[in-house]
Amino acid sequence: MDIYLVEAIVNGLLLGGVLALLSLGLNLIFGVIDVVWIVYAELVMSAMYVVYWLHNYYAWPLLAACAAAIVFAALLGVLVHLLVIEPVLRSAPINQLLATGGALFFLQSLATLLFGTDFRNLGIRLPIIEFYGIFISFSRLIAFGVALISAVVLYFFLAKTYLGTAIRAISQDREIMGLMGVSERRIYLTTSAIGGGLAGLAACLLVLQYDVHPFIGLTFGPITFMVCVLGGLGNMIGGFIAAFIMSQIIAVGGYYMPIEMAEVLAFVFFIVLILIRPQGIMGK
Amino acid sequence: MTEGQINAWRIPALVAFALLLAAPFFLSNYYQHMAVQIVIWSVVYTAWSLMGRFRLTSLGHGAFLGVGAYVPTLLWNNFGVTPWLGIPAGMALAVLLAMVVGYPCFRMKVVGHYFALVTLALGQVVLLVIVASREVTGGSLGMTPKASEHAWYALQLEDKREFYAVVLVAWLLTLAVWRAVDRGLGRAALEALAENEEAAASIGIDVLREKLRITALSAGLTALGGALYAQYLLYLNPEAMSGVGISLQIVFASIAGGMYSMLGPTVGAAFTILLTESLRVEFGTHFIGAANTIYGALLVVFIIFMPRGIVGLASELLRRKPPATPAALPAE
Repeated sequence: MDIYLVEAIVNGLLLGGVLALLSLGLNLIFGVIDVVWIVYAELVMSAMYVVYWLHNYYAWPLLAACAAAIVFAALLGVLVHLLVIEPVLRSAPINQLLATGGALFFLQSLATLLFGTDFRNLGIRLPIIEFYGIFISFSRLIAFGVALISAVVLYFFLAKTYLGTAIRAISQDREIMGLMGVSERRIYLTTSAIGGGLAGLAACLLVLQYDVHPFIGLTFGPITFMVCVLGGLGNMIGGFIAAFIMSQIIAVGGYYMPIEMAEVLAFVFFIVLILIRPQGIMGK
Repeated sequence: MTEGQINAWRIPALVAFALLLAAPFFLSNYYQHMAVQIVIWSVVYTAWSLMGRFRLTSLGHGAFLGVGAYVPTLLWNNFGVTPWLGIPAGMALAVLLAMVVGYPCFRMKVVGHYFALVTLALGQVVLLVIVASREVTGGSLGMTPKASEHAWYALQLEDKREFYAVVLVAWLLTLAVWRAVDRGLGRAALEALAENEEAAASIGIDVLREKLRITALSAGLTALGGALYAQYLLYLNPEAMSGVGISLQIVFASIAGGMYSMLGPTVGAAFTILLTESLRVEFGTHFIGAANTIYGALLVVFIIFMPRGIVGLASELLRRKPPATPAALPAE
């Protein structure tokens, strides 16, 4: 087999890790609160700026800046829920989606106002690793590892802890939980915080690979939604598998054709699949 | 509204239209520029609302805008086809695209946010195809229509007042389509199926056909708006003509104005463009983003507190006013 094709497949696998990590938080929020946060990618963008700002201007160590960014994104998630979602919790789903869309504009423009439209990067260039003639980006390798670890951690949190069980229960039967003495509001706020925190975690890994600018959310936002829908909105295992399918289409497609056409292929694949199986690949 | 009321509206409407037509002769170049932009976007927003008000929320109208904008220019630059033929061709292609995606969508009953996300993907597909075909479209750098000596033949009008007249005609056409949909039987059918698709189907409404028809009209008119925008700016850029950013702009401006009434989207266009411009003048270029930050916050407020938009709120306030002398009201 062609060595470059192997390289494309390996890089696709690593890209899949990034997409999987991005989709984790969005999927959690959808599964529990039953809303689509169109603003999700902008949370990631904001957290990327926090890392950049603390590390480059206040000379915080990278890990401390990342921790701060995760906390920041978690708080932002709580704010989105309190200010945007709660007032429309009983409205039509499409109104909820649109309300978070307004928040998208807000964060995007606020970032433009604060930082301008320049592309900024940390100035850290992680090495490229050579492995049997295949070149692998180290930052993607880290992202891949972190994605796997956080998926496992999230799984055990949901499966083994009291709060996790309550979260899973509420996503299955919204009405009954109040009667069981579980506060719906507390669960929603916790979920928003965790979802936001996961966006912050994704931001820490993305900022190592990409320049940050106010509109970066628009570049990976759509593909994240596609991954979630493809896996069956709210279905985390499905989302994980979908992330790797989409990334392989893009990476291997990019080997045969311009990268934009490979992305077109991924989107067309999404549209066709959603028409055949609206419930997603893992849906019942 | 009864026939009598409509007739009573006719004279003020004609006066208003005459004023609109004459307006650019009293305006400076800068305000002419804004007027043209407002009218062009009014066409696009009205076109989106044709679907949007029946709960067909498309987040991908940038796709039709992009097709409408690029097809006439590509035909003109490569084959010398006049935009007068190129624009209908672009509109036809946009309608075709809408049907190719819409038919299976409506057939498989893809609704709500699934529909929104499928259309979002469509907008992204058109954007990426334009960027990828950089040999003919110039990719991310954009492209310009070839200059021509025959201004009207090439639809490259130097005088903003002339272009204003052209876009005003397009706007009237769009409003006429809205009116026709409103008065036709289709409207009742669409309203019924927006409420409950199964129930609508059970009383004999051809859900698929009604949805496809309104989608075709919406896509075609959006393409018309895109074409006019490109012919006006004489510069095409993939990000400005298609993709998520512009698609969301279309959705939100329409909602802000009020997508349920005929003039709501037009108010939305005027509101957003005037707001952006005045805030830009106020803050200067030093604070780019200030305008949109306020706009974004306003949008959230709009969607939460007044989902029927500016026009919806205004008509509600007007309706409440009349019983100013409640003396005759019996006590309850």
